[in-house]
Amino acid sequence: MLEPAELERRIRAALPGAQVEVRDLTGTGDHFEARVAAPGFEGLGMLDQHQAVYGPLRDLLDSGSLHALALKTYTLEQWKRLPGRARNPP
Amino acid sequence: MTPDLKTRIEREIQSHPVVVFMKGNPLFPRCGFSAAAVQMLQAYGPVHGIDVLAEPEMREGIKEFTRWPTIPQVFIRGRFVGGSDIVRELEERGELKALLAG
Repeated sequence: MLEPAELERRIRAALPGAQVEVRDLTGTGDHFEARVAAPGFEGLGMLDQHQAVYGPLRDLLDSGSLHALALKTYTLEQWKRLPGRARNPP
Repeated sequence: MTPDLKTRIEREIQSHPVVVFMKGNPLFPRCGFSAAAVQMLQAYGPVHGIDVLAEPEMREGIKEFTRWPTIPQVFIRGRFVGGSDIVRELEERGELKALLAG
């Protein structure tokens, strides 16, 4: 059983300066939703942005302990304009 | 991944304009993410589905082929596009139809 905080910690460690929000969709610790914005995402396609987030979670995805991850990625500019989005302090 | 499997994947993605490696098949998807991807794509035309649940070696092989860790995986005209989140994002941006049309 995974905690959202553990996924957030891994993503932040791999993407310094990232804004990360992870939510447990089912309360069962294996289906999550993540929204991630990172400094390096500017100029990257969606494929590469998603790969950058999957990277630090790959062992969890491969083992099946992370069964599903609905993922949305943003540049920091796009993130700022998201309505109602909580912001980590800079 | 065996050379045979790699050849088969390459043949599949070249033989059909839209290919989805998925859980279940387009008529009976067996995962919400696979169902969502197929439904969005089918709004614009036929989808060739490959059921990874029926072929365990394909389930691992396609992940190795693309270096992408999740199912479904969508190919349009032989090019890897991504998973269901990316298909949804393209649809929301109004870009999916154009991408499918080439």
